[in-house]
Amino acid sequence: MANITSLNVNGRKLPVSVDSQTSLLTVLRDYLNLTGAKYGCGEGQCGACTVLVDGQMTRSCVTQAGKVAGKQISTIEGLEKDGQLHPLQQAFIEADALQCGYCTSGMIMSGVALLKKNPKPSRAEIVKHMDRNMCRCGTYLRIVKAIEIASGTAKEVRK
Amino acid sequence: MKPLDDELEIELEIERYELFADPLYNFTFNRRQFLKVFSGGIALLVPMSNLLVASAQQEQGESGRGRFDQRVPNEIGAWIHIDEAGTVSVFTGKVELGQNIRTSLAQAVAEELHVSIESVRMVMADTDLTPFDAGTFGSRSIPFMAPQLRKAAAAARETLVALAADQLKVAPAEVRIVNARFVNHDASKSLSFADVAKGRKLVKAIPADVTITAVKDWTIAGKSVPKVGARDFVTGKHEYTSDMKRPGMLFGRVVRAAAMNSTLVSADTKAAEAISGVTVVRDGDFIGLAAPDPQTLARAEKAIAVHWKAPGQTSAAQLFEQLKRESSPGRGGARPVGSIADGMAQADKKLSQAYTVAYIAHAPLEPRAAVAEWKDNKLTVWTGTQRPFGVRSELAEAFRIPEENVRVIVPDTGSGYGGKHSGECAIEAARIARASGKPVKLVWTREEEFKWAYFRPAGVIEVSSGVKNDGTVTAWEFHNFNSGASAIQSKYAFPNQNIQFHNSQSPLRQGSYRGLAATANHFAREVHMDELAQLVGMDAVAFRLKNTQDQRLKAVLEAAAQAFGWGAKRPAGRGAGIACGFEKGSYVATAAEVSVDPKTKKVKLERVVASFECGAIVNPVHLHNQVEGAVVQAIGGALFETIDFQNGEILTAKFSRYRVPRFSDVPPIEIVLLDRKDSPSAGAGETPIVGLAPAVSTAIFEATGQRLRSLPLVPNLS
Ligand code: FES
Ligand code: FES
Repeated sequence: MANITSLNVNGRKLPVSVDSQTSLLTVLRDYLNLTGAKYGCGEGQCGACTVLVDGQMTRSCVTQAGKVAGKQISTIEGLEKDGQLHPLQQAFIEADALQCGYCTSGMIMSGVALLKKNPKPSRAEIVKHMDRNMCRCGTYLRIVKAIEIASGTAKEVRK
Repeated sequence: MKPLDDELEIELEIERYELFADPLYNFTFNRRQFLKVFSGGIALLVPMSNLLVASAQQEQGESGRGRFDQRVPNEIGAWIHIDEAGTVSVFTGKVELGQNIRTSLAQAVAEELHVSIESVRMVMADTDLTPFDAGTFGSRSIPFMAPQLRKAAAAARETLVALAADQLKVAPAEVRIVNARFVNHDASKSLSFADVAKGRKLVKAIPADVTITAVKDWTIAGKSVPKVGARDFVTGKHEYTSDMKRPGMLFGRVVRAAAMNSTLVSADTKAAEAISGVTVVRDGDFIGLAAPDPQTLARAEKAIAVHWKAPGQTSAAQLFEQLKRESSPGRGGARPVGSIADGMAQADKKLSQAYTVAYIAHAPLEPRAAVAEWKDNKLTVWTGTQRPFGVRSELAEAFRIPEENVRVIVPDTGSGYGGKHSGECAIEAARIARASGKPVKLVWTREEEFKWAYFRPAGVIEVSSGVKNDGTVTAWEFHNFNSGASAIQSKYAFPNQNIQFHNSQSPLRQGSYRGLAATANHFAREVHMDELAQLVGMDAVAFRLKNTQDQRLKAVLEAAAQAFGWGAKRPAGRGAGIACGFEKGSYVATAAEVSVDPKTKKVKLERVVASFECGAIVNPVHLHNQVEGAVVQAIGGALFETIDFQNGEILTAKFSRYRVPRFSDVPPIEIVLLDRKDSPSAGAGETPIVGLAPAVSTAIFEATGQRLRSLPLVPNLS
């Protein structure tokens, strides 16, 4: 079977030798030690494994590594720049949008993808875009709020 | 001695279904062991007896001060340590699973010590370092642990101030703590925590006369502070068990049958064993694998040929019939009150109905995971569990080694909701690690989590009642088969009642779930109450108010009704419902409005109002979030979550077959918090889950005319 030899992750070319059919999630977590993307279902249902591939929201658990070799992959680990959190990361803290935090990196990456193509999403657009991301702790309303804070559309911030 | 459990109501069946339940008493963290861990500095101990006293008072709804043991106690429940470098650490066996107890406890300690929350280090859930704890469940952590740690921190502060005053040669009353330094009246002299703690070896139990900061003077607790460590979570740095890596670690798998209760007929593992680096473990019906990387592991798994044999087993279609047939009277329920026959004789109208609830799964987003490592005959396991000490016992038993040789460490975990009490994954990882001689990480797949964990019990509840035309309920007979006895009693004043819980043979493995059976019992009771109100033509709120004298229940019900705008006219296709209840020291009322599409029958939750009262409010934002989280989780069990199974196989073992609430399912939720400064704070993690299902059932009835008496509701709508 064909192997891939490297992946472009967070702006760096990382050598890795794995079967091209291995899931991107497995390669990131178990071969590249980038464990920010989580396993939640392995069937594209929960969004815990979300990363960006060429800026597009992608479920890494159902994406073969071979399909994204040569493309630009962004993970939660690459979001913080020079010690500065991404506005959405900051907004998650501000809005208390996490309980156990297991869904959080997937939520943030999905939210980042949304804000990239739609910097001022309406509430309905947020819900539609985020609907494939699950949070079992029930933080949905606060995640919506966090996205609104990051996009500057939040009405008031609960303190 | 009182049982240390999440249920202290003596008359009720204690709801513990975990298959590996072990004794809840295990006071092994005694004085001698503490002194081994304690190296120097200053320590303030919370005696276990304080926690028990507090917990007993809580259950009786009393406030007031407990007896405090002046001596260094033999059994320690928690402690605060200021080491010689001045670092403040809190040691507790509690687990963080998203309820943010790490933050709440740190807040309480920071407040009393007059230091910032960042300077408090929380050492949690490590069986070698932290004192015994029965488990993180039953909404007990905040009500019982926080006030005790607060006292310990206040005592630590007083001790430190006295020592600092001595060193500074000033009166203790002159010393204040400013920016983590002890300063004299004009700030001309100061000492750090380290200056004061250095060279000391001072251990004390909480003295009887320690005073803690009054709620009105809180400056840190009661405020919204970001989750401790939030930055690590939003950057993906936090290491859950499933993210861990140990030197030389192998990846593990368990080979499983499709159906429960299968026995191994044959297994050919030769080809897998021939793969370099692969370990195969066979031990009875257990087959485990380990390999240095996931690809090799996948190859090894494919190379194994196994045959299983499964017995014929009950399927979902026969479930409720079996639960009734195989039942035996439980210890649940209470002595009957009055006479059902008399009550029925007084009634103008009578009603008998049965209600059912399905098995549902906790489906924590992080499935079970464990990393196991053997050194000589000592075992260390990192795993996400709500009962680290219970899992330690399970491991000691499984490997026939003393508990002292087992260490269980719980990294902050990807939630549990009552679903992570048991140690299956830890035992499996340890078994494979033992065979391979290397550390092994085992992460259950989603399918395994659905199939091999345990479920919230299914149940059948039969209610017969009588009511007068004026709305007085005269007779109440209530039988719960299998789902449990939590909240089987109500705050209604029924003059004649017979309320019983019946154990049964569950075809599926069942266990705790957020709120336990309080959801099932409230569903049956509150839907039945609505049916009775309808029978006598009374408003649902007025009918409930008529049948209770409990002021706190009335208060939450009225608050929810008012915030909701109860009684307002609704357009066709819409309906509203309301329900109320009490459990674990707290009161809830939930009102819901739904719309039902007449053609597609699609049910949409339009809005929810939940009013909640759990005594004095400690942290309003935190409480708001917990109530909201419980309501959101309740949507799943109310509307669509159900485990389907056939002949020992779970058919709904994926999220594509098992629907949980998503963004688009969550309506606007208005939360009304009632603050009762005169009552002790009770936990809030569970009770707010109970009101939604009956309120939604009633709302659907109003919208469609169909009375749905089974959870989940949506599949039953025709
Ligand atoms: S793990 Fe990829 S969508 Fe759930
Ligand atoms: S915060 Fe726990 S799953 Fe979302």
